[in-house]
Amino acid sequence: MSKIHVTTSVNGDPTEFLCEADETLLDALRDRLGMTGSKEGCGTGDCGACSVTVDGRLVCSCLMLGAEAEGREIGTIEGMAEGDTLHPLQRKFIEHAALQCGICTPGLLVAAKSLLEKHPDPTEEEARYWLAGNLCRCTGYDKIIRAVMDAAQEMREAS
Amino acid sequence: MQYLAPTTVEEAVSALASHSGDCRILAGGTDLLVRMRSDMADPDAVVDLKRIDAMKQITPEDGGWRIGAAVSGAEMGEHADLVADWPGVVEATNLIGSTQIQGRCTMAGNLCNASPAADSVPAMVAAGAVARVVGPDGTRVVPVEEIPTAPGRTSLEKGELVDAIILPERGARGGDAYLRFIPRTEMDIAVVGCGVSLTLDDDGTCTAARVALGAVAPTVIVVPEAADALIGTKVDDAALDALSAACSAAAKPIDDKRGTVDFRVHVAGVLAKRAAVIAKKRAGGAA
Repeated sequence: MSKIHVTTSVNGDPTEFLCEADETLLDALRDRLGMTGSKEGCGTGDCGACSVTVDGRLVCSCLMLGAEAEGREIGTIEGMAEGDTLHPLQRKFIEHAALQCGICTPGLLVAAKSLLEKHPDPTEEEARYWLAGNLCRCTGYDKIIRAVMDAAQEMREAS
Repeated sequence: MQYLAPTTVEEAVSALASHSGDCRILAGGTDLLVRMRSDMADPDAVVDLKRIDAMKQITPEDGGWRIGAAVSGAEMGEHADLVADWPGVVEATNLIGSTQIQGRCTMAGNLCNASPAADSVPAMVAAGAVARVVGPDGTRVVPVEEIPTAPGRTSLEKGELVDAIILPERGARGGDAYLRFIPRTEMDIAVVGCGVSLTLDDDGTCTAARVALGAVAPTVIVVPEAADALIGTKVDDAALDALSAACSAAAKPIDDKRGTVDFRVHVAGVLAKRAAVIAKKRAGGAA
């Protein structure tokens, strides 16, 4: 079976790749494009480690085919920092020690960024519900939520 | 596997009807890709509906709403007019999975996946929603409760697909609600779910009602006795008690790791009562 040629945009860069019809977007990002920031935790949409945005919408890249990315705008963790300048969420995750092993961190950062774009001033409850699909087995979530709330406040003050 | 992305409904039906192998519909993919991943499905082809414009739209129709089969839960939640008319249907759909899942999952997919615990289905059934089914022999309209026939099975014929869910006109003084029980607050599958939709007249008497239960039988069930308990009443305590008893009596669940028979029978009644109170309030009824 011949591969499918997909023309898309990843973090604003026009991108092409070849993939199998049954290959997930996550596998295409990692194995075809070498963008290994998005992680595979469960592969079944439960853990959120593979979170990316598609046309601005937060999704699990493990539950989407690479072929579906044709013509879409994909956003991944690799597009979060600007050069050497970390995104405020990334800085706050470090300041609050909101990670231990780090596997969930790219997904949580992508999901939290998506939250703050939609709700710049979330309540803690809103943040917890929004991030309920991102599992972390190390931190107990408290530090993650503190980092997100702190970043939200800093971003509001800066805007 | 072949990946097909038709841009018209006719192309999708033709692809589905003419394919000789195992050809699956890909709407949101939040069930299909999980099945593929866990080797429960190994399709020869998938037909992606998301390139068909009409399937991505929420459209007013005959006073109600037509929701395309590829509309995501998140898109429904962001549609203020739809939420105003059918808050119960939207809240039920928005309970499915996480924010990430909401970005992809669809109501039509939730229906055709045919899980007895599907959250959106009792709400759709209570609302009196119909599925528009397109196939090689044309279009037919089917009450949503007639689509699932058993866990994982539907009444759709070869080559047929649901291209839209149609919600009827809400009308004045109507309200709906959906509640489910899960042992935590998010990211779980209903142990029991209950959808209630009702209409009140000017003095607050219930003139029409529909009640549906999920996860207490092989398919979502309609409970006419529960609706009868509300119709003609002011949805007062006595009516709510009768509703609750009717729902518990109609529940025919199984024991499994998520709940026992006794627990599910009891909770079916409790949820029905609470959902009816919310639906009544939304319909403008007195507390």
